[in-house]
Amino acid sequence: MIEGDNEQIPGGSEPAWTDDSGELTGDVKEWQLRLYVAGETARSTAALANLRRICEEHLAGKYSIDVVDLLVRPQLAKGEQIVAIPTLVRRLPEPVRKIIGDLSDRDRVLIGLDLRPKD
Amino acid sequence: MSSPWEVPVPVRTIEHCPTGIVGLDEIMSGGLPAGRTTLMSGGPGCGKTLFGTTFLINGARAGEPGVFIAFEEREEELVANAASLGYDLQQFIDDGLIEVDYVQVDRDQIYQTGDFDLEALFIRLDLAIRTTGAKRVVIDTLEILFAGLDDTVALRSELRRLFRWLGERGVTSIVTAERGDASLTRYGFEEYVSDCVIVLDHRVTDQLATRRLRIVKFRGSAHGLNEYPYLIDDTGVSVIPITSFDLSYAASTEIISTGIADLDAMFEPGGLFRGTTMMVSGGSGTGKTSFAASVARAACARGERVSYFAFEESVAQIVRNMGSIGVDLIDAIDEGNLQIVAGRPTQIGLEHHLSVMHRHVEREQPALVIMDPITDFEAIGSREDIKAMLVRMVDFLKQRGITSVFTSLTSRHDMEESSVSSLIDTWIQLSNEERDRRLVRSMYVRKSRGMAHSERVRVLDLDRNGITLRRVDQDTERKSAIEDGQPDDRG
Repeated sequence: MIEGDNEQIPGGSEPAWTDDSGELTGDVKEWQLRLYVAGETARSTAALANLRRICEEHLAGKYSIDVVDLLVRPQLAKGEQIVAIPTLVRRLPEPVRKIIGDLSDRDRVLIGLDLRPKD
Repeated sequence: MSSPWEVPVPVRTIEHCPTGIVGLDEIMSGGLPAGRTTLMSGGPGCGKTLFGTTFLINGARAGEPGVFIAFEEREEELVANAASLGYDLQQFIDDGLIEVDYVQVDRDQIYQTGDFDLEALFIRLDLAIRTTGAKRVVIDTLEILFAGLDDTVALRSELRRLFRWLGERGVTSIVTAERGDASLTRYGFEEYVSDCVIVLDHRVTDQLATRRLRIVKFRGSAHGLNEYPYLIDDTGVSVIPITSFDLSYAASTEIISTGIADLDAMFEPGGLFRGTTMMVSGGSGTGKTSFAASVARAACARGERVSYFAFEESVAQIVRNMGSIGVDLIDAIDEGNLQIVAGRPTQIGLEHHLSVMHRHVEREQPALVIMDPITDFEAIGSREDIKAMLVRMVDFLKQRGITSVFTSLTSRHDMEESSVSSLIDTWIQLSNEERDRRLVRSMYVRKSRGMAHSERVRVLDLDRNGITLRRVDQDTERKSAIEDGQPDDRG
């Protein structure tokens, strides 16, 4: 887990620890999302805003986002095989998925996160 | 203010970063352009990765740490492949001299949703360079990014930035790329690299694999323009240069005997110049091997070492046959001065032959090298290929001051040897013909550079006293000798 200088963004006021999370995969109670950025660029800011909006709409109360700034913690890029910026990693529920780009294409983000089936 | 005419001419002497790859540094006037990026393109199986690995390992050995950004192979795989060349990559990694960063771009895991850049890749590379203090970088191979990511436009602009960034970092780098059908690389990376482009090629002709390397671009530096064969085997990567553009070897004035007194007498100084190349050509049974063996034995008798590459006969055959004409090679072999290396040319490709001979010569340091016969290579290569190989061999030997003797089998209607004539300093032509119902061998000196020589045709006798040469008008003596029943069946 990331500690220290990363911005922790709690996912809503109350995490979804309850059992009524039928739409979550497996036993996962909380979606763990991590957004990799490199400095506060317009693209990173946009990606974070887009992500928050989508999460509030679809995962309210059941998610956490942590933002990793690779300019501050460059060593984390290798471990999670990050190449592109911004990269959103869905760490939980498994399987791990990576979504690159500024998350502006909302439909694709939902598909990428598996919040909406491909059709 | 100075006159506008007095603008100093910028002498841009490019610095070279030695790859440590045998032969490559020679044809590149010292190595890759230092502090710049070299694009290395080639199809599958060309050994791009091994070139890169060797470049980094030789750098690490010379005190220049390196970073390997591997898109295709994991660290363990790179370590295993390097081991096949005899390198302990793991040790360099453990010592912190080389860092491998395997960059996995898995299409199945990546979903693209808007604009992105490759900043994370830059950050990884930057971190690795700073951690190791790298002076050298290898990125192998960029195409993987295109396979994993969709936005070609964004990728291209990022790769352009990457090349520029590498240049600004002052590291010497090799970026590998897949060869394209119509362009040097599949995605046209050569547009981004202005300094140096090397193309590797792997061809299979007549079931023999040949690898060749060509330097397509090398701004600000002299380089060889040819295609150079290269080899990858358990001793590493080596490029075989044609060094003819650098005819800088010394010319010896020392005269050595051919071991045939009558032949020595045909040359005005009484023998051949040391370090020159003699060719003995003629049809079957004219005595080519006998000449070569005589020269070899004479060298051994002077205490010199001789490497005899035999492509038609086994060691035992050569020793027996030469013994029958009084050229005893057994002592020379026993004393270790004469090494006969026998093998069929068809066993391996031309380049491999060349490499085997190079290595043998480097190891044994002979004063004389014999190749008997060079025409056997026609089974495995075109005349141009053979000539190219001989050019390289001759240059290689001359640079070391090594004398060489080649034999060449000519058929009656085949005088194509003139194609190699320019390589030959002394050329002896042998022939045999039937005259008065008996075989008469004759010889003459076709040319001998740098010295006057007899232009007479001599009759050649091969008997247990060795080779003797007589003037044609003395031929009657020979007739009586044959009638005495002397054996006369040597080749």
